[in-house]
Formats: sequence, C-alpha cells, structure tokens
Amino acid sequence: MDAIILQTLNGLDKGSAYALIALGLTLIFGTLGVVNFAHGALFMIGAFCAVTMQRILNLSYTVVDPSKKDFLGNPLKVQMPYVEHWFGHDAGAAIINWSVPLAILLAVPVMLLIGFAMERGLIKHFYKRPHADQILVTFGLAIVLQEIIKQIYGANPIPTPAPSQLAGSLDFGLLIGFPANTIVYPLWRLVYFLFSLGIIGAVFAFLQFTTFGMVVRAGMADRETVGLLGINIDRRFTLMFGIAAAVAGLAGAMYTPINSPNYHMGMDFLVISFVVVVVGGMGSLPGAVAAGFLLGILEAYASLNAVKDLVPGIDQIIIYLIAIAVLLTRPRGLMGRKGVMEE
Amino acid sequence: MSRYDLTRRGLLRTGMIAGAGLAMPTIFTSRANAYVNEPKGGSVTFGFNVPQTGPYADEGADELKAFKLAVKHLNGEGDGGMLGTFSSKALKGSGVLGKKVEFVTGDTQTKSDAARASAKSMIEKDGVVMISGGSSSGVAVAVQSLCQEAGIIFMAGLTHSNDTTGKDKKANGFRHFFDAYMSAAALAPVLAKQYGKDRKFYMLTADYTWGWTQAASMKDFMEKEGWKMVQDVRTPLASTDFSSYLAPVLSSGADVLILNHYGGNMVNSLTQAVQFGMRDKQVNGKQFEIVVPLISELMAKGAGKNIQGILGSSNWNWKLQDEGTKAFVKSYGTEYGVPPSQAAQTCYVQTLLYADAAERAGSFDPCAVGKELEGFKFDGLGNGPTLYRAADHQCFKDVLVVQGNEKPENEYDLLNVAEITPVDKVMYEPDNEFFKGGELGKCNNGAA
Repeated sequence: MDAIILQTLNGLDKGSAYALIALGLTLIFGTLGVVNFAHGALFMIGAFCAVTMQRILNLSYTVVDPSKKDFLGNPLKVQMPYVEHWFGHDAGAAIINWSVPLAILLAVPVMLLIGFAMERGLIKHFYKRPHADQILVTFGLAIVLQEIIKQIYGANPIPTPAPSQLAGSLDFGLLIGFPANTIVYPLWRLVYFLFSLGIIGAVFAFLQFTTFGMVVRAGMADRETVGLLGINIDRRFTLMFGIAAAVAGLAGAMYTPINSPNYHMGMDFLVISFVVVVVGGMGSLPGAVAAGFLLGILEAYASLNAVKDLVPGIDQIIIYLIAIAVLLTRPRGLMGRKGVMEE
Repeated sequence: MSRYDLTRRGLLRTGMIAGAGLAMPTIFTSRANAYVNEPKGGSVTFGFNVPQTGPYADEGADELKAFKLAVKHLNGEGDGGMLGTFSSKALKGSGVLGKKVEFVTGDTQTKSDAARASAKSMIEKDGVVMISGGSSSGVAVAVQSLCQEAGIIFMAGLTHSNDTTGKDKKANGFRHFFDAYMSAAALAPVLAKQYGKDRKFYMLTADYTWGWTQAASMKDFMEKEGWKMVQDVRTPLASTDFSSYLAPVLSSGADVLILNHYGGNMVNSLTQAVQFGMRDKQVNGKQFEIVVPLISELMAKGAGKNIQGILGSSNWNWKLQDEGTKAFVKSYGTEYGVPPSQAAQTCYVQTLLYADAAERAGSFDPCAVGKELEGFKFDGLGNGPTLYRAADHQCFKDVLVVQGNEKPENEYDLLNVAEITPVDKVMYEPDNEFFKGGELGKCNNGAA
C-alpha cells in the first residue's frame, strides 16, 4: 500500500511536467495549427533562465583573503556576491538561496520574447506548409537552440538547488497514519506539482473568463469566421504562442532543482510530450492535461518492483503501449475533436 | 539528423578515396617501412581522440589540456612537469628519439562509431604512431580493437570497466586508469569500518557493461564484509529522472544505497536521492548512507553540496602530496588556472609513459614499445610505485578512497583523500572471474 501511494505521488509529479509541456504544445497546435518540435527546447531554455538567474545573483567581485590559500598556495581570491555587499550578508544569502523561484521573474518576459521572435521570425512562414515541413524546421530550430545553450553554458549539468527550506523531504506517511520512513517524498517535487496545477488553472481561466480567451477559443473552432468578423486573429495567436512558450519555460525553470539542467534535457521530454498530446487528443487542452497525469501515474506504477518482476522492462514501454491501445480503440485520442489533423 | 549523417558519410567516402590515393605510393615504399606510420622526418605525430562534443565534452576538454601540456614538456617547453619526478630518466625534454612531438586531435562524440572513424582518419591521414584518450569504456574498447588491427599503440584514457583489460584486452592496448574491481576492493573494507558490518544495501546500476561489472564487483566484496544485498535495480543509461527507482528505497529495509552510476547519471541520481531525504534518515536504527563507487572531480562539481561526506574511489587526486603530483598540479594550474582532474592526470601520464618506452626501445615500432611497457615498474608520476603488468597491460598501483569534502576551502576543494589502499589489497590474478575470457593476442606493428 505504501509503495502504491509513493508511486502515485511520483506519477503526479512526473505527470506535472508532461502535462505542462503537452499543454503548451496543444495551445500552439490548436491555435496556429503548427506541430512545434522546438517545444522541448523552450522547456530547456526556461531551465537555463533559472541558471542565468542564479548566475546573475551570484555576480561577484574579488576580494583577496590572505589568511587562506588557493590550490597553488597563493593567497585565496574570494568571490563576494554584489547582492551580499548591497543587502548585507544574511539578506543577500537569502536572496541567492531563493534564486530558482525568483527565476520566474526572468523566465516570463524572456520566454514571451523568445516565443514572439520565433513565431514572427520563423513559424509564421510555415502556416500554409505541410506538417512535415513544420516538423523539420522546428526540429532543426531545436537543435540550433540546443547548440547555442551548449556554447554558452557548457555540456555538463549545472546544479541549481531549491531554496534550502524546500530542499528536504516530507514524511508524507506520518500525515496519513503510516509509520515513519514509509512514505517519504521530496518537498520540492510536491511544490512542483502544486505549481503546475496553478499554471494549468491559470491558463484555463485565462481562456475561459477573458474576452481575449473567448476570441482565441472562437478562433480555434473556426478561424475564418472570426476573421470575417473583423478580428485580427493572427495577432492574438502570436500572443498565444508567446504564452505557450512561457508555460514551457516556467515548467523548465521550476524543474531545475529536480534535475540539474543540461542542454539536451528538452529532447528527453519532447517525445513523451507528443505521445501525451496524441493520447489526450490532438487539439484538446483538457485531454493533454488529463493524459499527462494519467501517463505519469501509469509510468510510475509500472516501475513498482512487483510489477517489474512480473513483466521486466515494462516501465520503459508502458507509455507507448498505452498510446498504441488508445489509438487502436479511440483513433482521435481520449478527448480529441473531430476534424483536427484529418483534412 | 539525416543531413548530418549524409555529411559524415560524404566525408568518409572522400576520406576513403583520398586514403586509396595515398595508399598507392606506399605499395612501392612499403619495404622501406618496418612498421606502419614509421616517422621519417624530424617529427613524430601522436593522436588524441577525446569527446569534444556530446555529454562528456567538458571531460574531453580536460583530457586535451593534459595532452597538450605533456607534448609541451616532451619538447622541452614549460617547466617540465612530471618529467622531473619520473623515475625513468630516458626523456631529456628534446622530443622523442630526437624527433619533435606533434599531435592531431579527433572527436569521439562519446560514440563508438564516431570514435573509430576519427581514429582511422588519424592513422591513415595523419600518420600517427599512437592514439590515446576516451572517457567511456564502450569507446575505449572499440578504439582499442581498431588500433590492434591497424598496428598502432592505444594508450587508454579514462575507462573504468573491467572489460578493457579483461575480456576485451588487446596486445596493442595499455591502461593506466584503475578498474571497477579495484574500486570495490579498496572501498569495501573502508565502508565496513565506517558503517559497520551489519548493513543491508540497495543498488541502482547503469544498465550497460561498465555498470554490470561495477555492480558485480561491489556485491562480491560487500558480501565478503558481511553486508546483505536487498536489491540491485538496473536503470537505463538514458534515464534522467530516477525518482521512481528511488521512491521504494527507504521502505525496502536497506540502510545503504550504492549508486553504480557515472557522469550525468550519477549527478542526477545522487541529487535526487538526497532530495528523498536519504541523508537525514535513520533506518534499522542506523544512519542511512549513500555510496558512489567511482567519483570524479567533474561529477563532484555537478553534484554540488550533495557530494559532501559521500564515499567513493578515484584513480588520483590533485591534493596528494607526493613530488610528482605537486609538480603536475603546479605546472597544470599555472597553465590553465584550475587544478587537473583524474582524467587529465591519467592522459598526461599515458603520454609520458609511451614517449619514455619509445625512447628506451630506440624505436616507435609498436612491438618494441609494447615490450618496454610490459612489466615496466615506475614511480614519480603521482600514483606511487606502479607496475604495468605484462599479462593484461593493466597498471597496478595504490587506489584512493575519497570522500566529498564537507568544508571546502575553495571551489576546487571538492574531494578529500580518506584513505590510500595499498596495491596488494586490490591486486588480482589475470584469470580472475571478473576478467577471464579474451586473449591479449600478439602485438601487431602493421607491417605487411
């Protein structure tokens, strides 16, 4: 029982990342009709926003400390962060400690900007082209972005710890009446789950309760008619691309304490996210979210030792087995709409 | 992706045509060559084949820096580094056998096929007499067998699998770096002393040849110390999120977690294990512990604070206090501003060892050089007295048990040497069960 609860938690937080990326993919596909293979790269760039924030907060000047020696025996040069100099040692250290959540402040404008630039500079020229062309060009773009990040930040993963208050673990079992140490789960992963729920809620509320969102939804349903009504739907769709990029970026930035970011982390998520979108149903936002969590949880259950003893290697293929089963029985995915990608 | 393949193939094709063109004249001159790539002019070329792109690129960059420094010292530039402390005095800093040392570099991309292609090009196009480098056992084994076929000496860089000098050993291949068996042999007594004899351990193991040999060695040695294995779970090499493998560990009854992971795998699994609270929990009335059998400085850097207090093993560490290490750290540190890693040290030493053997043999003939390396005993290169065993071309020397530094004094001060395990504690017979199978075969100098 405790193992199942543990893997449910695990599935929920795996599912959070899948759902957030798939949500962005579906937003772009639903509004612009573009299959965006560079979406994983946007997730990765978001993660590097957190790295950049950490570096900005750690910008330092050098003080020579004659009482200590460096590895060659010369007096040690100590790096003194400007933040600590300006705000005092304790406040400065606290700000640096919270660099990952603070990275949100950086990630939102940066990702919106990258999203706009991408859409205006490249993607818009591919609206009328076949999906295969879109896939090729966005995949190429993903590789370019990846190499740029590698040039700037190097190939090795960069540690970006969570704030020390949230870095530990929570004995979840104690809260629900289990003995100690049976259900222990990292705090930050729970934070990540709640954070993603918040983002998903915000995106849905935005589409549901604002005029802007209403127009976008109308445009998703029938672009031509909305255009005939004199509404500049293209501009709104550009903004939606920016929002989708920001969602991916936030997912990436907050993910950094879970996995130290490196330049190819986007690719690891890309394939799974597409499976999530297909299982959820192309163009369906609730489908993407539901499928994200569903596949996350099933993947976690498949890695229970009892299950793996029964069917070795099942944890590696479960997602794809489910995808095959869903596509055989419900070709449009769980919540797919008629007419999407079927013309 | 396919575009890239096309260029590579195109390149290979061009290379093959060019190679065929170049091979023509050698038909007429082959009698003048006693062995493949015999240097004729005033210089001799070494080939350094390291990952310059891909996930191990930073490690490869470190190896390349060490190679360049070694070439400098061989040619009498710089402060001479470990040439001054090396027990053999054959090298005078005037090149090797009177010839100036030059080098070419190749990019392995940490992929066996790319590594073989670049090694082949260095042998056929650049005429190298020796190839060194690599930071993956898969790549090392592949390049080693290519060098055997081509008649070139392979001086392995960082490769830790038992198989490199075990079932995949070759007469033209030589390894200075230690192996998974030695890691386990050195670590086991220290672990038993620090954490007690009555322990239960859980292992996560990278699912490929290095991981398997590492896990098998650890299991064998820990069980001899009285520890009991709860479970050994294989994790795919491509994994980045280990949470589903880590979640069951604390409630499994184990009180030690052994991570048979390397590079990025290890950085992620260790970081996540710490997030699961494994370093501040009590299980079976004992403090829960994490062990990482192979630790490198670059991994320690990637793991940040999480490495503090973790025990593991290393081939070498820049904080050692022998004369060779001090000379090397000074030389490398002055040149590049950072202390060298264990990968850098093993590559530097391998280059010196090759040059010294050629100098003593009076020839670059791979068979003559190999003969000088076989059974060679030396000192002053940072690892204390060392033997290049003739039977499997493996170096035997003391092994370091290292521990993540809890109070680093500067950003490079990541690992402490907890114990130096003497060589006789990690020695094994060539036909040991972890190494048996495979033959060295005969040395090949490529002469037709």
